[in-house]
Order: sequence, then structure tokens, then C-alpha cells
Amino acid sequence: MKITMAHGSGGESTSRLIEDVFAKYFNNEFLSELSDSAVVPGSSKLAITTDSFVVTPILFPGGDIGRLSVCGTVNDLLMSGAVPKYITCGCILEEGLDMEILEKVIASMAETAKEAGVIVVTGDTKVVEKHSDVSGLIINTSGVGFIPEGQIIPGPSKLEDGDKIIVSGNLGDHHATILGSRMGIENDIRSDNAPLVEMTRKLMDAGLIVHAMRDVTRGGLGTVLNEFVNASKCSIILNETDLPVSASVKDFCGILGLDPMYMGNEGKMVISVSAKDAEKALLLIKESKYGENAKIIGEVKKEKESSDNTNVIVTTKIGGKRVVGPMYGEGLPRIC
Amino acid sequence: MDNKYLDNIINELKNYDGPEIRLMEVCGTHTAAISENGIPSLLSDKIKLISGPGCPVCVTVTAVIDRLIELSLMENTCVLTFGDLIRVKGTKGSLADAKGDGARVKMVYSPMDSIKLAKENPLMNYVFAAIGFETTTPVYALLIEEAKKLGLKNLKILTSLKTMPEVIRWVVKNGSNIDGFIAPGHVAAVTGGKIFEELSKELQIPFVVSGFEGEQLILTIYALVKMAGKGGYKNLYKSVVSEAGNLQAKEMVEKYFETSDSFWRGIGKIKGSGMTLRPEFMEFDAGSIGLDEDHEPAGCRCASVLVGAISPHECPLFGKKCTPDNAHGACMVSTEGSCYNYFISGR
Repeated sequence: MKITMAHGSGGESTSRLIEDVFAKYFNNEFLSELSDSAVVPGSSKLAITTDSFVVTPILFPGGDIGRLSVCGTVNDLLMSGAVPKYITCGCILEEGLDMEILEKVIASMAETAKEAGVIVVTGDTKVVEKHSDVSGLIINTSGVGFIPEGQIIPGPSKLEDGDKIIVSGNLGDHHATILGSRMGIENDIRSDNAPLVEMTRKLMDAGLIVHAMRDVTRGGLGTVLNEFVNASKCSIILNETDLPVSASVKDFCGILGLDPMYMGNEGKMVISVSAKDAEKALLLIKESKYGENAKIIGEVKKEKESSDNTNVIVTTKIGGKRVVGPMYGEGLPRIC
Repeated sequence: MDNKYLDNIINELKNYDGPEIRLMEVCGTHTAAISENGIPSLLSDKIKLISGPGCPVCVTVTAVIDRLIELSLMENTCVLTFGDLIRVKGTKGSLADAKGDGARVKMVYSPMDSIKLAKENPLMNYVFAAIGFETTTPVYALLIEEAKKLGLKNLKILTSLKTMPEVIRWVVKNGSNIDGFIAPGHVAAVTGGKIFEELSKELQIPFVVSGFEGEQLILTIYALVKMAGKGGYKNLYKSVVSEAGNLQAKEMVEKYFETSDSFWRGIGKIKGSGMTLRPEFMEFDAGSIGLDEDHEPAGCRCASVLVGAISPHECPLFGKKCTPDNAHGACMVSTEGSCYNYFISGR
């Protein structure tokens, strides 16, 4: 069966779609009421975020837009030191979308939400006419997380001299997956889309001094680290040989002229942690789900090298030094 | 490679204190690799690396961009292009700007994608922006061969194809004072190393064919420093580059293209420095002949940067008005452009 404009009419077809797909998979006491808004227990300090997801293809190796839409929002909450609790699900469906695909995506959302420990408490669907640039489904998720009492909230302006920079795993997997799918290139690269609940929880519970924490999404590690140095007025010196990139992604980048430093990820984070806690933090991340390839990749120097955007420096494999600026443009493959 | 050996060479290059040596890399991929590996930081100030006219997007004249925009705004016509070219400005903006006016422009990753598009959408006319050097031309030849075989009437190419030897001669004859050339490894893989050996004899300047890894570039630079003032030729990329080149690719190019005069950004016409479709295949051409006009944006010094006459830092717009997010000249747009690479890697 395909999605038709009737599924967005607000009438019987809409009700059936919600019952048969959304309520079926997101089954919980808050959503099952199907009321105008969800009424949920709260906390004294909340973290709130929202994100919209448009990706072609909808289903890709290692994941799908549903999993992505939960991970993106959950990870944003985690990076603020929050414990993610509730998320919403707004779907814009294109007429002609295969019901089977929709069901797959929603089931995947439900499974990911369960893994991440969040409840989908409310949602909305709209159906739009076919549009050539979208591949059938756009999802918006908003999320609410509770900030535990006394929690120190990490931030990009809190880096300190001597901090170690840790990245939680291989760079560029998601970006390479999507680009590879679009280009019809067959390889073994899979998206890293994942909720980083376990590793962030372990770091917080251990009481380690994490000064900054960010998920490394669009713009890549280069862009995040530039935000860090600009906000904290410091430099970061990275060691190229320590940057974790899988052999397949390395080859893929070599062919297309892409730099993993600027490639998007959907299940990676970077932290700046005090030197004395660095080894312990690394171990905790490595022991967590999705953290097995974590690495210490560099360190923070409090004095600034020079003007903005020139303070992230990589020592290359042959000992050269190069500046890593933020990403400019769209990270397009070069030709020739 | 033995690390100690490499360390000794790097040490020697860092401490070099002889007469100033100016080395030019003519390939855009070398420009990018030199930046990525932080090579300038490993060399003495007396060894200068200068980026030459080897970035295909950068050497394309504005008339080609203007023609592509004109085509993209025509009814039932869609321009297909590699990513970089989309943001290069013609006289009235870029293809990306034209998209806002309803132009049909689609970015593809391989010219062969256009075959699929043309087959699936027979009512749409596709034009591929065929720019590039000897490395890319064989793919365009394959594209035409395939289009011919399938009888596709809705796929054409707009060519601005360049070749290396004549522009290298131009650079040498127009006073860039180059003491040695890092010869383009990918181009040489197609053409063969021999043409660079011949150039080294004719121009009495050393040429070393190089790969793209950091170690390979260091060895090439070391060889050129030793050869400076003496001339000579070396192929240090033998795993990929033979002296005769890729005969099959050369045959394909020969079948569909012929040598022609070509217009280069900021240089003007260089005789025999380009390739256009042979007259018998002109049915696949989207109006490439006579696209010779070139207008640089006010203040932009891309033309002088391209031929190594000035360094990007000497352009008054560099890093101020002209940045990768607001590129005025083509050298700041392309990821292989000199200005882009100097800017992003802090060279």
C-alpha cells in the first residue's frame, strides 16, 4: 500500500494510519491516550532540543531515517549533560511513499528509542504532494531531558590547558555511507548512527572532569574543534596518526578527495577532559557500546597560536604542521 | 620507507641554505596533498613551493560558466557538473546563483551518471560540463562512446578541456622563474612520463613525476633541489606511471577529440593547449567553440596566482573579501585551488 493524500485528511484514513503504524510501535501510556498533548512527569531543570531529518536514501546500510531521528535528538540532549526522557515525532509523508517502508522506519524509531531509554510521547503526521527533491519522508523530533541535581554542564568555552581531546570512534562512517549509497558504490561501510547514552552516562557517573562534550555531526570534527578553540581562546594540537578512520573510509575519501576531518557522523562525540582523567575516560568510553575505537587524538594548549580559525593544528604523518580550519562550503568531492 | 632515511632528508631540506629554489606543482591534487601533509612547514624558507595552473576549475574562463548558466535556464535542459564548478562565478554569478532563478543544475560524481539520467528522462536535454585535464578527458570519450552506442540524442557536453605541455611552456617563457617542476602524477599516468622528459630537455629545467603521499612528495622535492640548475628528468611514481602512458585511454581520446587552441583564465589563448570534439562528433557538442571571453571579478588576482607570478597572500582580496564561503575568484572555490589551500591550511 502507498501513502495517499487521504492519509493526511484528518479523517478515517489518518486515524487508521496512526493506529496501525505510529501507536502500534510507539505504544506507551502517554502516547496511547492520543490526546492533544502528552502530560508527563517533570524535573526541576530540563534540557530541550529539536532537530529535523531529511536524508536520501531513507534506508541506508547500518540504519535509516527513523533511527537517525532518535539518535540525533537524544545525542544533543546527552551533550548538555541531560538524561534524555521524552521525544516527539513529527512526520511529513509524501504521497506515494510505500507503507512498508514507513512501517520499517517507525519500527526502527521505536527500537532505537527503547535502546536510548526515551519514550515517544506525542506525534503528528502530514501528507504532502510528491516533491522531486525529497525521498518520501521528513521527520522532526523534539526531545526533553532531565538534568540531574548538581550536574556540571560541559561547554565549548570551558577547555583548560593540558586537557586531552578524545574522539569516541572512527570518523566519517555516516557521511561515506550516504554518499556511497547515492553513488551506487558497493562497499562495507555502514552508518554509525547510534545513541551515545552508555558512554556519556559512564563519564558523568564516574565524576570525571569533562570540560567540553559535543557530538560530531555535520561539519565534522574540524568544525567542532574550531568552535572549541574559538570559545575557549586556546589551541588544540592533534596527531594525524592518532585520528581513527577505518581503512574502507580512508580509501573512499582517497578516491573522492574528501577529508574525514570534515565528514559528518551520527554516533560519535568528542570530549575535552582534564589530563589526569584522560586515561580513565578513554577506558570508560572504550568499554561502552559504540566506543570500541575511541582514541586520545590531541591536547589543548591555553595560549592561542594566532587569529581565529587557525588554532587547530595537526602534526602530519611526516611531521609537518597544518592548520585545520572549520569546514567551508559543502565538503564537495573534488574532480580530476 | 626507512624513517631514519626520510628524517635525514627532511632535516637536509629544513636546513637548506643555498640559493633560493622555486619549485612548481602543476597539478591541483598535488597542491591539496602538499597542504594536507603540511609540507611547507618542513622546508627551509629558501625552498618555495608555487602552485601552477593545474586546477581545472580555476583555469576555466568566465565565458564557459556564462554559457553553462545560459543552457541551464533553457527549457527542458539540465546542466550536469562536478561539485566545485557550481560555485565558480561567471560574469553574472555562478551556477549555484542561477539555481535560485530556476536554473536546472545537478551535481554528479561521475560523468557516466549522465548516461543513466539521459536514459531515464528522454524528454530532458542534459549537458555535461566537461572540464579537466588529460586525466579526465578519457572519461568524456567513454561517455560519448556510450551515448553513441545507445543512440542518446538528449546528452551533450560543453568542453573546456586542457592539456599540460603548452601551459608549462607558457609559464616558463613568461618569467615565473621556476627552478623545477613537480610533474603531475595522474596526468602522467595517462600521457606517459615521456612528455615530461621531453619538456625537461627542451626547457632545460628538471621535472620529477611524483605520487601524492607525503613521503613521495618529500622525495620529489629533495630530488628537484639536487637537480636544480642542472635539468634532468626522474619518474618517482613508477608504480603508476609508465613512460608510454595508458595506451587504451589515449586511443579513446584520439578517437573522439582533437588538439585545439584553448583559452585560460587570466592568460588568454594558448595555441594547442586544449581538446575539442572532432568535427564528426560535433552533434554531441553544446556550443563549446569560441568561448574565449574572460572577466575576473574586480580586484581578483587569480590570473597572477595561477601562473605563480604572485603568492595568494599578495592578492588584496585574499582572506579578507575573498574566503571559501564567499569566494570571488575560482582559485578560492575549488578544493584544488591555490588560494583555497593556502587559506584552509594556513600556508
